[in-house]
Amino acid sequence: MSGFPTLLYKELLRFWRVWFQTVVAPIITAMLYLLIFSHALANHVQVYPGISYVSFLVPGLVMMSLLQNAFANSSSSLIQSKITGNIVFVLLPPISWFEFYLAYLCGSVFRGVMVGAGVWLGTLAFAPPQLSHPLWSLVFALLGGGLLGTLGIIAGIWSEKFDQLAAFQNFIIMPLTFLSGVFYSIHSLPSFWFAVSRFNPVFYLIDGFRYGFFGASDVSPILSLLVAGTCFVALSAVCLLMLQRGYKLRH
Amino acid sequence: MTVAALSVRGLNKRFGSLHALKDVSLEVAQGEFFALLGPNGAGKTTLISILAGLTRADAGEARIMGHCVQRDYRQARRLLGVVPQELAFDPFLTVRETLQIQSGYFGLRHNHVWIDEILEQLGLQDKANSNMRALSGGMKRRVLVAQALVHKPPVIILDEPTAGVDVELRQSLWQFIRQLNRDGHTIILTTHYLEEAESLCERIAMLKLGQIVALDRTSNLLRSGGELHLEIRLDRAEVPVALQARARILGERRFGLHLASAADIEPVLAAVREAGARIEDISLRHPDLEDIFVQIMERT
Repeated sequence: MSGFPTLLYKELLRFWRVWFQTVVAPIITAMLYLLIFSHALANHVQVYPGISYVSFLVPGLVMMSLLQNAFANSSSSLIQSKITGNIVFVLLPPISWFEFYLAYLCGSVFRGVMVGAGVWLGTLAFAPPQLSHPLWSLVFALLGGGLLGTLGIIAGIWSEKFDQLAAFQNFIIMPLTFLSGVFYSIHSLPSFWFAVSRFNPVFYLIDGFRYGFFGASDVSPILSLLVAGTCFVALSAVCLLMLQRGYKLRH
Repeated sequence: MTVAALSVRGLNKRFGSLHALKDVSLEVAQGEFFALLGPNGAGKTTLISILAGLTRADAGEARIMGHCVQRDYRQARRLLGVVPQELAFDPFLTVRETLQIQSGYFGLRHNHVWIDEILEQLGLQDKANSNMRALSGGMKRRVLVAQALVHKPPVIILDEPTAGVDVELRQSLWQFIRQLNRDGHTIILTTHYLEEAESLCERIAMLKLGQIVALDRTSNLLRSGGELHLEIRLDRAEVPVALQARARILGERRFGLHLASAADIEPVLAAVREAGARIEDISLRHPDLEDIFVQIMERT
Protein backbone atom coordinates (compact mmCIF):
# COMPACT_ATOMS: atom_id res chain seq x y z
CA MET A 1 0.00 0.00 0.00
CA SER A 2 1.21 3.46 -0.84
CA GLY A 3 1.46 6.55 1.35
CA PHE A 4 0.40 8.80 -1.55
CA PRO A 5 -3.35 9.02 -0.75
CA THR A 6 -2.62 9.98 2.85
CA LEU A 7 -0.04 12.60 1.90
CA LEU A 8 -2.52 14.08 -0.57
CA TYR A 9 -5.26 14.00 2.07
CA LYS A 10 -2.96 15.77 4.54
CA GLU A 11 -2.14 18.43 1.95
CA LEU A 12 -5.84 19.05 1.29
CA LEU A 13 -6.65 19.04 5.01
CA ARG A 14 -3.83 21.50 5.66
CA PHE A 15 -5.26 24.26 3.48
CA TRP A 16 -8.88 23.39 4.24
CA ARG A 17 -8.30 23.87 7.97
CA VAL A 18 -7.61 27.55 7.21
CA TRP A 19 -10.12 27.85 4.35
CA PHE A 20 -10.91 31.48 5.01
CA GLN A 21 -7.29 32.46 4.49
CA THR A 22 -6.52 30.01 1.68
CA VAL A 23 -9.74 30.02 -0.33
CA VAL A 24 -12.09 32.87 0.59
CA ALA A 25 -9.46 35.62 0.92
CA PRO A 26 -8.02 35.18 -2.62
CA ILE A 27 -11.55 35.10 -4.06
CA ILE A 28 -12.33 38.42 -2.35
CA THR A 29 -9.05 39.91 -3.64
CA ALA A 30 -9.92 38.89 -7.22
CA MET A 31 -13.39 40.40 -6.84
CA LEU A 32 -11.83 43.69 -5.74
CA TYR A 33 -9.58 43.67 -8.83
CA LEU A 34 -12.62 43.09 -11.00
CA LEU A 35 -14.59 45.83 -9.29
CA ILE A 36 -11.84 48.43 -9.52
CA PHE A 37 -10.54 47.66 -13.02
CA SER A 38 -13.97 47.27 -14.53
CA HIS A 39 -15.11 50.53 -12.96
CA ALA A 40 -12.01 52.42 -14.10
CA LEU A 41 -11.55 50.95 -17.56
CA ALA A 42 -14.81 49.41 -18.74
CA ASN A 43 -15.76 52.40 -20.89
CA HIS A 44 -12.25 52.97 -22.26
CA VAL A 45 -10.99 49.56 -23.30
CA GLN A 46 -12.32 46.95 -25.65
CA VAL A 47 -9.92 44.12 -26.39
CA TYR A 48 -11.96 41.73 -28.55
CA PRO A 49 -14.89 42.88 -30.66
CA GLY A 50 -18.22 42.16 -29.03
CA ILE A 51 -16.66 41.28 -25.66
CA SER A 52 -16.93 43.76 -22.81
CA TYR A 53 -13.81 44.60 -20.80
CA VAL A 54 -15.39 43.08 -17.67
CA SER A 55 -15.97 39.81 -19.53
CA PHE A 56 -12.41 39.97 -20.89
CA LEU A 57 -11.06 40.36 -17.35
CA VAL A 58 -12.89 37.31 -15.97
CA PRO A 59 -10.72 34.46 -17.37
CA GLY A 60 -7.53 36.42 -16.64
CA LEU A 61 -8.48 36.96 -13.01
CA VAL A 62 -9.67 33.38 -12.61
CA MET A 63 -6.41 32.04 -14.01
CA MET A 64 -4.24 34.50 -12.06
CA SER A 65 -5.88 33.46 -8.78
CA LEU A 66 -5.61 29.81 -9.71
CA LEU A 67 -1.90 30.10 -10.50
CA GLN A 68 -0.97 32.16 -7.45
CA ASN A 69 -2.80 29.80 -5.10
CA ALA A 70 -1.39 26.67 -6.70
CA PHE A 71 2.09 28.11 -6.13
CA ALA A 72 1.26 29.24 -2.59
CA ASN A 73 -0.08 25.83 -1.60
CA SER A 74 2.94 23.64 -2.27
CA SER A 75 5.54 26.28 -1.46
CA SER A 76 4.05 27.33 1.89
CA SER A 77 3.36 23.76 2.93
CA LEU A 78 6.96 22.74 2.30
CA ILE A 79 8.63 25.78 3.84
CA GLN A 80 6.47 25.49 6.97
CA SER A 81 7.24 21.81 7.29
CA LYS A 82 10.95 22.44 6.81
CA ILE A 83 11.11 25.28 9.30
CA THR A 84 9.01 23.59 11.98
CA GLY A 85 10.82 20.30 11.37
CA ASN A 86 7.70 18.22 10.76
CA ILE A 87 8.90 17.39 7.22
CA VAL A 88 10.63 14.49 8.97
CA PHE A 89 7.27 12.70 9.29
CA VAL A 90 7.01 12.59 5.50
CA LEU A 91 10.66 11.68 4.98
CA LEU A 92 10.73 8.72 7.39
CA PRO A 93 7.97 6.59 5.81
CA PRO A 94 8.44 4.59 2.59
CA ILE A 95 7.03 7.33 0.33
CA SER A 96 8.87 7.48 -3.00
CA TRP A 97 10.05 10.78 -4.46
CA PHE A 98 7.48 10.42 -7.24
CA GLU A 99 4.61 9.91 -4.77
CA PHE A 100 5.90 12.91 -2.83
CA TYR A 101 5.84 15.03 -6.00
CA LEU A 102 2.43 13.78 -7.05
CA ALA A 103 0.80 14.46 -3.66
CA TYR A 104 2.09 18.05 -3.40
CA LEU A 105 1.25 18.64 -7.08
CA CYS A 106 -2.34 17.36 -6.77
CA GLY A 107 -2.84 19.34 -3.55
CA SER A 108 -1.75 22.51 -5.34
CA VAL A 109 -3.89 21.88 -8.41
CA PHE A 110 -6.88 21.17 -6.19
CA ARG A 111 -6.55 24.40 -4.23
CA GLY A 112 -5.78 26.42 -7.39
CA VAL A 113 -8.84 25.06 -9.20
CA MET A 114 -11.00 25.54 -6.12
CA VAL A 115 -10.02 29.21 -5.81
CA GLY A 116 -10.31 29.69 -9.61
CA ALA A 117 -13.79 28.18 -9.60
CA GLY A 118 -14.74 30.40 -6.66
CA VAL A 119 -13.52 33.50 -8.48
CA TRP A 120 -15.42 32.47 -11.63
CA LEU A 121 -18.63 31.97 -9.66
CA GLY A 122 -18.11 35.37 -8.03
CA THR A 123 -17.68 37.08 -11.41
CA LEU A 124 -21.09 35.83 -12.52
CA ALA A 125 -22.50 38.75 -10.55
CA PHE A 126 -20.63 41.15 -12.86
CA ALA A 127 -20.62 39.42 -16.26
CA PRO A 128 -22.77 36.77 -17.92
CA PRO A 129 -21.27 33.26 -18.07
CA GLN A 130 -19.38 32.58 -21.27
CA LEU A 131 -17.58 29.31 -21.96
CA SER A 132 -17.44 28.57 -25.66
CA HIS A 133 -14.79 25.80 -25.38
CA PRO A 134 -14.93 24.57 -21.75
CA LEU A 135 -12.58 21.67 -22.39
CA TRP A 136 -9.79 24.06 -23.45
CA SER A 137 -10.34 26.07 -20.28
CA LEU A 138 -10.23 22.92 -18.15
CA VAL A 139 -7.01 21.73 -19.80
CA PHE A 140 -5.29 25.08 -19.24
CA ALA A 141 -6.62 25.30 -15.67
CA LEU A 142 -5.13 21.91 -14.80
CA LEU A 143 -1.91 22.61 -16.68
CA GLY A 144 -1.56 26.03 -15.03
CA GLY A 145 -2.20 24.60 -11.58
CA GLY A 146 0.32 21.84 -12.29
CA LEU A 147 2.98 24.22 -13.59
CA LEU A 148 2.76 26.67 -10.70
CA GLY A 149 2.27 23.86 -8.18
CA THR A 150 5.51 22.31 -9.43
CA LEU A 151 7.25 25.67 -9.26
CA GLY A 152 5.95 25.94 -5.68
CA ILE A 153 7.50 22.59 -4.78
CA ILE A 154 10.83 23.71 -6.26
CA ALA A 155 10.65 27.04 -4.39
CA GLY A 156 9.61 25.33 -1.16
CA ILE A 157 12.51 22.89 -1.35
CA TRP A 158 15.04 25.52 -2.38
CA SER A 159 14.05 28.15 0.21
CA GLU A 160 15.56 27.85 3.65
CA LYS A 161 13.62 30.70 5.21
CA PHE A 162 10.41 32.62 4.60
CA ASP A 163 12.38 35.60 3.21
CA GLN A 164 13.71 33.54 0.34
CA LEU A 165 10.28 32.21 -0.50
CA ALA A 166 8.83 35.73 -0.36
CA ALA A 167 11.55 36.89 -2.78
CA PHE A 168 10.67 34.02 -5.13
CA GLN A 169 7.01 35.00 -4.91
CA ASN A 170 7.53 38.77 -5.29
CA PHE A 171 10.24 38.79 -7.95
CA ILE A 172 9.25 35.79 -10.06
CA ILE A 173 5.65 34.71 -9.56
CA MET A 174 4.03 38.15 -9.25
CA PRO A 175 5.71 39.69 -12.34
CA LEU A 176 5.04 36.53 -14.35
CA THR A 177 1.34 36.57 -13.49
CA PHE A 178 0.76 40.33 -13.65
CA LEU A 179 2.69 40.83 -16.91
CA SER A 180 0.92 38.06 -18.74
CA GLY A 181 -2.13 39.72 -20.25
CA VAL A 182 -4.50 39.36 -17.32
CA PHE A 183 -5.65 42.96 -17.67
CA TYR A 184 -4.86 43.61 -21.37
CA SER A 185 -4.10 41.98 -24.69
CA ILE A 186 -0.38 41.83 -25.40
CA HIS A 187 -1.14 43.25 -28.86
CA SER A 188 -1.76 46.56 -27.14
CA LEU A 189 1.81 46.62 -25.79
CA PRO A 190 4.84 48.39 -27.37
CA SER A 191 6.83 45.98 -29.53
CA PHE A 192 9.58 45.43 -26.93
CA TRP A 193 7.13 44.38 -24.19
CA PHE A 194 5.14 42.41 -26.72
CA ALA A 195 8.31 40.41 -27.49
CA VAL A 196 9.12 40.02 -23.78
CA SER A 197 5.60 38.77 -23.04
CA ARG A 198 6.01 35.98 -25.56
CA PHE A 199 8.76 34.52 -23.37
CA ASN A 200 6.42 34.43 -20.38
CA PRO A 201 4.87 30.96 -20.05
CA VAL A 202 2.07 32.37 -17.88
CA PHE A 203 0.94 34.47 -20.86
CA TYR A 204 0.26 31.24 -22.81
CA LEU A 205 -1.64 29.76 -19.87
CA ILE A 206 -3.92 32.79 -19.59
CA ASP A 207 -4.30 33.22 -23.33
CA GLY A 208 -5.20 29.54 -23.81
CA PHE A 209 -7.57 29.66 -20.84
CA ARG A 210 -9.23 32.76 -22.29
CA TYR A 211 -9.65 30.98 -25.64
CA GLY A 212 -11.86 28.47 -23.82
CA PHE A 213 -14.12 31.36 -22.74
CA PHE A 214 -14.42 33.37 -25.95
CA GLY A 215 -12.99 31.27 -28.76
CA ALA A 216 -10.64 34.22 -29.32
CA SER A 217 -7.05 34.63 -28.17
CA ASP A 218 -3.79 36.49 -28.89
CA VAL A 219 -2.03 33.33 -30.12
CA SER A 220 -3.26 29.91 -31.23
CA PRO A 221 -4.37 27.71 -28.32
CA ILE A 222 -2.35 24.87 -29.82
CA LEU A 223 0.81 26.98 -29.51
CA SER A 224 -0.19 27.91 -25.95
CA LEU A 225 -0.72 24.25 -25.11
CA LEU A 226 2.66 23.31 -26.56
CA VAL A 227 4.55 26.06 -24.70
CA ALA A 228 2.77 25.49 -21.38
CA GLY A 229 3.04 21.72 -21.73
CA THR A 230 6.76 21.89 -22.49
CA CYS A 231 7.34 24.18 -19.50
CA PHE A 232 5.38 21.83 -17.24
CA VAL A 233 7.37 18.79 -18.37
CA ALA A 234 10.69 20.65 -18.01
CA LEU A 235 9.86 21.98 -14.51
CA SER A 236 8.54 18.58 -13.44
CA ALA A 237 11.79 16.98 -14.59
CA VAL A 238 13.81 19.49 -12.54
CA CYS A 239 11.56 18.98 -9.52
CA LEU A 240 11.69 15.18 -9.73
CA LEU A 241 15.47 15.28 -10.05
CA MET A 242 15.69 17.47 -6.93
CA LEU A 243 13.46 15.06 -5.02
CA GLN A 244 15.22 11.96 -6.27
CA ARG A 245 18.57 13.37 -5.13
CA GLY A 246 17.07 14.57 -1.85
CA TYR A 247 18.21 18.14 -2.61
CA LYS A 248 17.94 20.18 0.64
CA LEU A 249 15.67 17.48 2.11
CA ARG A 250 18.01 14.56 2.74
CA HIS A 251 21.65 15.45 3.51
CA MET B 1 21.11 -17.74 10.70
CA THR B 2 18.82 -14.89 11.80
CA VAL B 3 19.44 -11.63 10.08
CA ALA B 4 20.68 -8.73 12.23
CA ALA B 5 18.08 -6.12 13.18
CA LEU B 6 20.59 -3.46 12.31
CA SER B 7 23.88 -3.75 10.52
CA VAL B 8 26.27 -1.02 9.45
CA ARG B 9 29.57 -1.57 7.71
CA GLY B 10 32.31 0.93 6.99
CA LEU B 11 30.00 3.91 7.30
CA ASN B 12 31.57 7.28 6.50
CA LYS B 13 29.99 10.70 6.38
CA ARG B 14 31.48 14.15 5.97
CA PHE B 15 29.79 17.53 6.31
CA GLY B 16 32.32 19.83 4.65
CA SER B 17 35.49 19.61 6.72
CA LEU B 18 33.75 17.78 9.56
CA HIS B 19 34.25 14.01 9.43
CA ALA B 20 31.02 13.08 11.26
CA LEU B 21 31.37 9.30 10.93
CA LYS B 22 34.65 7.47 10.41
CA ASP B 23 34.40 3.91 9.23
CA VAL B 24 31.67 2.91 11.67
CA SER B 25 30.68 -0.78 11.75
CA LEU B 26 28.34 -2.49 14.17
CA GLU B 27 25.57 -5.04 14.37
CA VAL B 28 22.54 -5.23 16.64
CA ALA B 29 20.77 -8.57 16.93
CA GLN B 30 17.01 -8.93 16.78
CA GLY B 31 15.37 -8.44 20.17
CA GLU B 32 18.33 -6.57 21.70
CA PHE B 33 18.05 -3.45 23.83
CA PHE B 34 21.06 -1.49 22.62
CA ALA B 35 22.46 1.91 23.61
CA LEU B 36 24.39 4.30 21.45
CA LEU B 37 26.23 6.71 23.73
CA GLY B 38 28.58 9.58 23.18
CA PRO B 39 29.07 13.26 23.90
CA ASN B 40 27.42 15.93 21.74
CA GLY B 41 28.87 15.89 18.25
CA ALA B 42 30.00 12.26 18.52
CA GLY B 43 27.96 11.25 15.45
CA LYS B 44 25.00 9.47 17.07
CA THR B 45 22.33 11.51 15.31
CA THR B 46 24.20 11.30 12.00
CA LEU B 47 24.28 7.52 12.31
CA ILE B 48 20.56 7.43 13.13
CA SER B 49 19.80 9.79 10.23
CA ILE B 50 21.61 7.45 7.84
CA LEU B 51 19.67 4.46 9.15
CA ALA B 52 16.42 6.41 8.77
CA GLY B 53 17.28 7.55 5.23
CA LEU B 54 17.38 11.22 6.24
CA THR B 55 21.08 11.45 5.44
CA ARG B 56 23.05 9.61 2.79
CA ALA B 57 26.36 8.02 3.72
CA ASP B 58 29.44 8.91 1.64
CA ALA B 59 30.66 5.32 1.89
CA GLY B 60 29.63 2.09 3.54
CA GLU B 61 26.33 0.34 3.90
CA ALA B 62 23.50 0.30 6.43
CA ARG B 63 20.82 -2.38 6.64
CA ILE B 64 17.64 -2.76 8.66
CA MET B 65 16.62 -6.43 9.02
CA GLY B 66 18.83 -7.17 6.01
CA HIS B 67 17.35 -4.44 3.79
CA CYS B 68 19.70 -1.76 2.51
CA VAL B 69 18.45 1.68 3.59
CA GLN B 70 19.32 3.11 0.17
CA ARG B 71 18.61 0.44 -2.44
CA ASP B 72 15.68 -1.20 -0.62
CA TYR B 73 14.54 1.89 1.24
CA ARG B 74 10.82 1.12 1.16
CA GLN B 75 11.20 -2.17 3.02
CA ALA B 76 13.91 -0.79 5.34
CA ARG B 77 11.70 2.15 6.35
CA ARG B 78 8.68 -0.09 6.88
CA LEU B 79 10.72 -2.08 9.41
CA LEU B 80 12.07 0.92 11.27
CA GLY B 81 10.44 3.37 13.69
CA VAL B 82 12.38 6.48 14.66
CA VAL B 83 11.67 8.88 17.50
CA PRO B 84 13.51 12.02 16.41
CA GLN B 85 15.34 14.22 18.87
CA GLU B 86 13.69 17.47 17.75
CA LEU B 87 10.23 18.16 19.12
CA ALA B 88 8.39 18.54 15.81
CA PHE B 89 4.62 18.44 15.20
CA ASP B 90 2.02 19.46 12.67
CA PRO B 91 0.07 22.41 14.11
CA PHE B 92 -2.98 21.73 11.92
CA LEU B 93 -3.69 18.30 13.38
CA THR B 94 -5.06 16.72 16.53
CA VAL B 95 -3.17 13.89 18.25
CA ARG B 96 -5.41 11.21 16.71
CA GLU B 97 -5.17 12.76 13.24
CA THR B 98 -1.39 12.93 13.61
CA LEU B 99 -1.29 9.19 14.28
CA GLN B 100 -3.83 8.29 11.60
CA ILE B 101 -1.93 10.30 9.01
CA GLN B 102 1.43 8.86 10.05
CA SER B 103 -0.10 5.40 9.79
CA GLY B 104 -1.44 6.22 6.33
CA TYR B 105 2.03 7.26 5.17
CA PHE B 106 2.98 3.62 5.77
CA GLY B 107 -0.03 2.48 3.75
CA LEU B 108 -2.01 1.48 6.88
CA ARG B 109 -5.35 3.20 6.59
CA HIS B 110 -7.44 1.09 8.98
CA ASN B 111 -5.20 1.01 12.00
CA HIS B 112 -7.64 2.27 14.66
CA VAL B 113 -7.25 -0.62 17.10
CA TRP B 114 -3.46 -0.26 17.34
CA ILE B 115 -3.68 3.55 17.44
CA ASP B 116 -6.10 3.31 20.38
CA GLU B 117 -3.73 0.91 22.11
CA ILE B 118 -0.69 3.16 21.78
CA LEU B 119 -2.74 6.18 22.86
CA GLU B 120 -3.67 4.28 25.99
CA GLN B 121 -0.22 2.86 26.64
CA LEU B 122 1.35 6.30 26.37
CA GLY B 123 -1.34 7.99 28.47
CA LEU B 124 -2.58 10.05 25.55
CA GLN B 125 -6.20 8.91 25.35
CA ASP B 126 -7.47 12.05 27.10
CA LYS B 127 -5.60 14.19 24.61
CA ALA B 128 -6.56 12.24 21.49
CA ASN B 129 -8.77 15.01 20.14
CA SER B 130 -6.62 17.93 21.31
CA ASN B 131 -4.72 19.99 18.79
CA MET B 132 -0.99 19.33 18.88
CA ARG B 133 -0.34 22.99 19.70
CA ALA B 134 -2.28 22.64 22.97
CA LEU B 135 0.00 19.90 24.34
CA SER B 136 2.83 20.34 26.82
CA GLY B 137 6.40 19.47 25.78
CA GLY B 138 6.22 16.10 27.55
CA MET B 139 2.93 15.23 25.83
CA LYS B 140 4.35 16.20 22.45
CA ARG B 141 7.28 13.88 23.17
CA ARG B 142 4.81 11.05 23.85
CA VAL B 143 3.13 11.71 20.49
CA LEU B 144 6.55 11.48 18.80
CA VAL B 145 7.00 8.05 20.37
CA ALA B 146 3.50 7.04 19.29
CA GLN B 147 4.21 8.17 15.72
CA ALA B 148 7.31 6.00 15.58
CA LEU B 149 5.28 2.96 16.72
CA VAL B 150 2.22 3.48 14.58
CA HIS B 151 3.30 0.94 11.91
CA LYS B 152 4.48 -1.65 14.49
CA PRO B 153 8.11 -1.62 13.37
CA PRO B 154 10.30 -4.50 14.59
CA VAL B 155 13.25 -2.09 15.01
CA ILE B 156 12.77 1.09 17.02
CA ILE B 157 15.33 3.88 17.37
CA LEU B 158 14.84 6.43 20.12
CA ASP B 159 17.05 9.49 19.80
CA GLU B 160 17.13 11.01 23.29
CA PRO B 161 13.45 10.32 23.97
CA THR B 162 13.58 11.52 27.58
CA ALA B 163 15.32 14.85 27.00
CA GLY B 164 13.39 17.46 28.97
CA VAL B 165 10.80 14.97 30.14
CA ASP B 166 9.52 14.68 33.72
CA VAL B 167 10.23 11.66 35.92
CA GLU B 168 6.71 10.25 35.72
CA LEU B 169 6.67 10.20 31.93
CA ARG B 170 10.21 8.84 31.84
CA GLN B 171 9.20 5.90 33.98
CA SER B 172 5.98 5.14 32.10
CA LEU B 173 7.80 5.51 28.78
CA TRP B 174 10.50 3.02 29.77
CA GLN B 175 7.90 0.63 31.09
CA PHE B 176 6.21 0.70 27.70
CA ILE B 177 9.48 0.42 25.76
CA ARG B 178 10.56 -2.51 27.96
CA GLN B 179 7.26 -4.21 27.16
CA LEU B 180 7.86 -3.67 23.45
CA ASN B 181 11.32 -5.18 23.86
CA ARG B 182 9.86 -8.20 25.69
CA ASP B 183 7.42 -8.57 22.78
CA GLY B 184 10.39 -8.96 20.46
CA HIS B 185 11.05 -5.42 19.21
CA THR B 186 14.67 -4.39 18.87
CA ILE B 187 15.32 -1.12 20.69
CA ILE B 188 18.21 1.22 19.93
CA LEU B 189 18.52 4.12 22.28
CA THR B 190 20.62 7.24 22.54
CA THR B 191 20.53 9.17 25.78
CA HIS B 192 22.58 11.48 27.93
CA TYR B 193 21.05 9.88 31.04
CA LEU B 194 23.59 7.09 31.42
CA GLU B 195 21.77 5.45 34.31
CA GLU B 196 18.90 4.79 31.86
CA ALA B 197 21.23 3.04 29.44
CA GLU B 198 22.85 1.09 32.29
CA SER B 199 19.57 -0.23 33.63
CA LEU B 200 17.86 -0.88 30.27
CA CYS B 201 20.44 -1.91 27.69
CA GLU B 202 22.15 -5.25 27.24
CA ARG B 203 24.87 -3.86 24.98
CA ILE B 204 26.39 -0.45 24.53
CA ALA B 205 28.38 1.27 21.80
CA MET B 206 30.23 4.47 22.65
CA LEU B 207 31.01 6.96 19.94
CA LYS B 208 33.56 9.73 20.05
CA LEU B 209 34.32 12.10 17.17
CA GLY B 210 32.60 9.81 14.69
CA GLN B 211 34.34 6.60 15.78
CA ILE B 212 33.24 3.67 17.90
CA VAL B 213 35.54 3.68 20.93
CA ALA B 214 33.79 0.95 22.94
CA LEU B 215 31.35 -1.78 22.01
CA ASP B 216 30.50 -4.46 24.55
CA ARG B 217 27.90 -5.94 26.85
CA THR B 218 26.89 -3.51 29.59
CA SER B 219 28.02 -5.97 32.28
CA ASN B 220 31.48 -6.29 30.68
CA LEU B 221 31.84 -2.54 30.42
CA LEU B 222 30.91 -2.13 34.08
CA ARG B 223 33.45 -4.78 35.08
CA SER B 224 36.11 -3.08 33.00
CA GLY B 225 35.91 -0.11 35.37
CA GLY B 226 37.76 -2.29 37.89
CA GLU B 227 38.20 -0.09 40.90
CA LEU B 228 35.79 0.53 43.74
CA HIS B 229 34.96 4.05 44.79
CA LEU B 230 35.22 4.90 48.48
CA GLU B 231 33.82 8.17 49.74
CA ILE B 232 34.44 9.44 53.25
CA ARG B 233 33.25 12.50 55.17
CA LEU B 234 35.41 13.42 58.16
CA ASP B 235 34.91 15.69 61.14
CA ARG B 236 37.70 17.93 59.82
CA ALA B 237 38.82 19.52 56.55
CA GLU B 238 42.32 18.01 56.37
CA VAL B 239 42.76 14.67 54.57
CA PRO B 240 45.02 12.32 56.59
CA VAL B 241 48.63 12.73 55.40
CA ALA B 242 48.97 9.05 54.44
CA LEU B 243 46.05 9.37 52.00
CA GLN B 244 46.73 12.81 50.55
CA ALA B 245 48.50 11.54 47.43
CA ARG B 246 45.56 9.32 46.39
CA ALA B 247 42.57 11.26 47.64
CA ARG B 248 40.28 13.40 45.48
CA ILE B 249 38.60 16.25 47.32
CA LEU B 250 34.86 16.00 46.65
CA GLY B 251 33.61 18.79 48.87
CA GLU B 252 33.92 20.29 52.32
CA ARG B 253 35.36 17.52 54.56
CA ARG B 254 34.60 14.95 51.82
CA PHE B 255 37.13 13.02 49.82
CA GLY B 256 37.14 9.96 47.57
CA LEU B 257 39.57 7.14 46.83
CA HIS B 258 39.83 4.43 44.17
CA LEU B 259 40.37 0.97 45.65
CA ALA B 260 41.44 -2.18 43.82
CA SER B 261 39.29 -4.36 46.11
CA ALA B 262 37.27 -4.31 49.32
CA ALA B 263 40.35 -5.57 51.21
CA ASP B 264 41.96 -2.15 50.71
CA ILE B 265 39.41 -0.46 52.97
CA GLU B 266 41.15 -1.41 56.22
CA PRO B 267 44.45 0.46 55.51
CA VAL B 268 42.38 3.57 54.69
CA LEU B 269 40.47 3.33 57.98
CA ALA B 270 43.77 2.80 59.79
CA ALA B 271 45.19 5.97 58.22
CA VAL B 272 42.11 7.91 59.38
CA ARG B 273 42.43 6.55 62.92
CA GLU B 274 46.13 7.34 62.95
CA ALA B 275 45.39 10.95 62.02
CA GLY B 276 42.98 11.15 65.00
CA ALA B 277 40.04 11.94 62.72
CA ARG B 278 36.50 10.70 63.07
CA ILE B 279 34.42 9.36 60.15
CA GLU B 280 30.98 10.99 59.90
CA ASP B 281 29.84 9.20 56.75
CA ILE B 282 31.25 6.52 54.49
CA SER B 283 30.12 4.82 51.27
CA LEU B 284 31.57 2.23 48.95
CA ARG B 285 30.27 1.69 45.46
CA HIS B 286 31.14 -0.09 42.24
CA PRO B 287 31.81 2.16 39.23
CA ASP B 288 28.67 3.00 37.29
CA LEU B 289 28.30 3.57 33.58
CA GLU B 290 28.97 7.26 33.98
CA ASP B 291 32.39 6.49 35.54
CA ILE B 292 33.17 4.05 32.71
CA PHE B 293 31.96 6.55 30.10
CA VAL B 294 34.20 9.29 31.50
CA GLN B 295 37.17 6.88 31.68
CA ILE B 296 36.70 5.76 28.07
CA MET B 297 36.21 9.28 26.75
CA GLU B 298 39.33 10.48 28.58
CA ARG B 299 41.38 7.48 27.50
CA THR B 300 40.56 7.60 23.77
